[in-house]
Amino acid sequence: MSLIVLLACVAALLMTSVLGITAARTRVGTPIVYGACLAACTIALVAALAQLLSNAAVPTLVLPLALPWLGAHFRIDALSAFFLVVVDLGGGGASLYALGHGTHEEAPHRVLPFYPAFLAGMNLVVVADDAFTFLLCWEFMSLTSWALVMAHHRDADNRRAGYIYMVMAGFGTFALMLAFGLLAGPSGGYAFEVMRAGQHGPLIAALVLTLALLGAGSKAGLVPLHVWLPLAHPAAPSHVSALMSGAMTKVAVYAFLRIVLDLLGAPSWWSSMAVLALAGITTVMGVLYALMQHDLKRLLAYHTVENIGIVFIGVGLALGFKANAMPLAAALALTAALFHVFNHSLFKSLLFFGAGSVQNATGERDMEHLGGLIHRMPYAAFAFLVGCAAISALPPLNGFVSEWLTFQAILLSPAVAQWGLKMLIPGVGALLALSAALAAACFVKAYGVTFLGRPRTPVAAQAIETDRFSLTAMFILAALCLLAGILPGFFIDALAPVSEALIGARMPVQATDPWLGIVPIAASRSSYDGLLVFVFIGLAGLITATAIHRLASHALRRSPAWDCGTPDPSPLTQYSAASFAQPIRRVYGTLAFDAREQVEMPPPGDPRPAVLRVSLRDLLWDWLYAPAEGAVRVTADRLNQFQFLTIRKYLSLVFGLLIVLLLVLAIWL
Amino acid sequence: MALIRDLAAQFVEMVLVLVLAPGLVGLVRKTKARLTRRHGASVLQPYRDLSRLLRKEVVLAENASWLFRVAPYLIFAATWVAAALVPTFATGLLFGWSADLIAIIALLGSARFFLALAGMDVGTSFGGMGSSREVMIASLAEPAMLMTVFTLALIAGSTQLSTIAAFMNSPAVGLSVSLGLALFALIIVAIAENARIPVDNPSTHLELTMVHEAMVLEYSGRHLALIELSSALKLVLYVSLIACIFAPWGLAGAQAGAAVLLIGVSAYLAKLTAAGVLLAVFETTIAKMRVFRVPQFVGAALMLGLLGTLLRFVSGSF
Repeated sequence: MSLIVLLACVAALLMTSVLGITAARTRVGTPIVYGACLAACTIALVAALAQLLSNAAVPTLVLPLALPWLGAHFRIDALSAFFLVVVDLGGGGASLYALGHGTHEEAPHRVLPFYPAFLAGMNLVVVADDAFTFLLCWEFMSLTSWALVMAHHRDADNRRAGYIYMVMAGFGTFALMLAFGLLAGPSGGYAFEVMRAGQHGPLIAALVLTLALLGAGSKAGLVPLHVWLPLAHPAAPSHVSALMSGAMTKVAVYAFLRIVLDLLGAPSWWSSMAVLALAGITTVMGVLYALMQHDLKRLLAYHTVENIGIVFIGVGLALGFKANAMPLAAALALTAALFHVFNHSLFKSLLFFGAGSVQNATGERDMEHLGGLIHRMPYAAFAFLVGCAAISALPPLNGFVSEWLTFQAILLSPAVAQWGLKMLIPGVGALLALSAALAAACFVKAYGVTFLGRPRTPVAAQAIETDRFSLTAMFILAALCLLAGILPGFFIDALAPVSEALIGARMPVQATDPWLGIVPIAASRSSYDGLLVFVFIGLAGLITATAIHRLASHALRRSPAWDCGTPDPSPLTQYSAASFAQPIRRVYGTLAFDAREQVEMPPPGDPRPAVLRVSLRDLLWDWLYAPAEGAVRVTADRLNQFQFLTIRKYLSLVFGLLIVLLLVLAIWL
Repeated sequence: MALIRDLAAQFVEMVLVLVLAPGLVGLVRKTKARLTRRHGASVLQPYRDLSRLLRKEVVLAENASWLFRVAPYLIFAATWVAAALVPTFATGLLFGWSADLIAIIALLGSARFFLALAGMDVGTSFGGMGSSREVMIASLAEPAMLMTVFTLALIAGSTQLSTIAAFMNSPAVGLSVSLGLALFALIIVAIAENARIPVDNPSTHLELTMVHEAMVLEYSGRHLALIELSSALKLVLYVSLIACIFAPWGLAGAQAGAAVLLIGVSAYLAKLTAAGVLLAVFETTIAKMRVFRVPQFVGAALMLGLLGTLLRFVSGSF
């Protein structure tokens, strides 16, 4: 039933997409398209939730589409249902936001036709049940999102982003195609059911893992395959950025889980090592890159890389525990990863919505030109603050709960048998701890420079509050962030079918706890109660405020800022994004970015101003991508000669090749 | 009946830390003054300062937002809740299980997050400087603290502070290398987090080296009182934390009688006094560090914590 409803929603989205082509240039196009998307996503969300919570039989369907001998298989198991919830919640939120935000779009005819198709593509990937349908939908999702990235193609930066995204997406799909080819084996069983039943040797397993890391990892943004992500996500309109960061990276996580934990069969411990090592580096590099940015949307995009790292740490731990036959620990680690997937989709969408509202209000994404927006946009500023606190893993919000669960999973890992894992996991734990603290620094910077302080430009001083639809979408997500933070037990219980399907075990039932707290293993080991912490903080704050207002002075006087007696009227004397990050750049930057500072101080009497130059290098780009790009360029130049040969030379080339092939055949047989 | 007793114990604990916090600050100041052969203000001076601040009017910068006015209450509430969850004179607190040690660290992180935001709110260069340095130091101190927690959790088999304290008080615990590393790391973190010398100087204003004082420069009146009280509470929290893990003597059990509780309270007071004097001695014998030396100092704590955790992963006997 839920599958039919879902496919109907997808069909509706595709039709909306066609409608978008014709309606885009009319005034009612925007509300009609986004309204239809909102309705379709809401229905799909309800269907997916019903499937996830009801524990009903797994619906499957084969449609006579695509390859004639294969058909298009669709299926919603617990894993698919969970990711459908993530995708459609993100899609619904983005559509609601776009009802307001989309009216500011200057080129709606470049957005409206592709947006519903992109949503349809993501939904289809998650329910596809054979390799051909999966890859087709995956590529459809990539192409539609590419079209959305190129919506504002007159900007040269966006064209470059689109180009790099195209190359990386093609590379990713290629890797996934090979992975599925290996899984299908010589008999060519492309249905997931057949792959799941098959036996795979260690060599095949290692190759499939590598290819899945390359294919799904490049879409999710694992370092060093993340390069396209911080370019492409900010280039798209903000509601699409929110979807790409909040939902599409999660579809990539789904692809990885589907291949490695489901289709590949029992994992081996070294697969866990590979995933954990990459994930640990991804978390810290992601947040360090984010800290160095002064473009608000690019900062958020880099931060997605960090969160994907946290998710993959959970996945890597789950693989390791499963390989060591520790099902309870594996269930805990996987639940932590999935809960973080859900949480990240909430707060990252919320933050991108906020960034979009700021962009609408001021026309700026550069934080160095903003400031003081909390006075001009109080509601958007409040919602954005909730998102910042949640993503910085502050209790009692939701980001903390999933990181806490990941830490609890790490604390269970001394029981693993392999020395490699024993040595690696504490290091990964330290990287995770480091990234948690750096994330808080990153969002103090993002919020402090954008919303607090004094406006740095006239546009920031004259910003206006964003519209009702956008605010509603932001406040719904903020409320969900709080809800998932104070009542995490219900969300963990809802994830149980997924871990039962993939691990064969689940975390203990949490909803029966009398105080609605969570107890991952045993109460004497660890427990956390978000609701009580929330109530305590609320009560303590309330008691303090009441006591102070009863007993202490009420008097309040406004006066110019003190600033040690020498306030400077110029807003440029405030700390900027670059100066805020300077101490952190000096501590971590030399290692991570080869950061250098150069001061040019003119001699006394010389009226020239002193200059401070800071150079940052993207070492991964310089060491990995620049050589690859150079190699492609050189090879292409060499091969270019073949375009200008005479007919005689072409004929002799063909003849030579024929002889070589015949020789090979002769030796082979 | 038991519930009422537990509630009462929890309430006493909450009030106790609040009442003792300014006293500890006063004790440290007095001892430092005596060590440098000054007479120094009375130990009760911080109480007088707080009551004076509470009675004064608030002078608010013209462009301060609502966040600036709400932040002191949030910071105070988060710190107070965190401090109330650390066993002081008795383990087995009623609400101890609602947040484990990781959550206590995160609560302090919440307080710091809002303090750093408040520092940026008015838009002065001093506030931004303080916030930026604070988050830089925290970016090393918080992971160092977490790694210490990992070490302790692996030794005691729990992240619940009450369980850890009870375990450390039992004969099951012996001397071990990782425990020593954890103690060192925890002391370094405590110094950095409480803005003490050599990381930061709590008694200077208007120095380019300052961190914490630069952030709260724009606060006055009752707001400043709350911020000062929060930092005093944080100092008590760290002292109680170190005491209940590494010096758990005299800590009353969950179902202890009145006499044992009395012993617990007096032992706790003795520990606080000892810690205050030791801190004062340490601060007088050492000079303030340059800001960019601090990462090396706190980074050492991170490495010690990591080493302790690694040792526990390798073998349970280290």
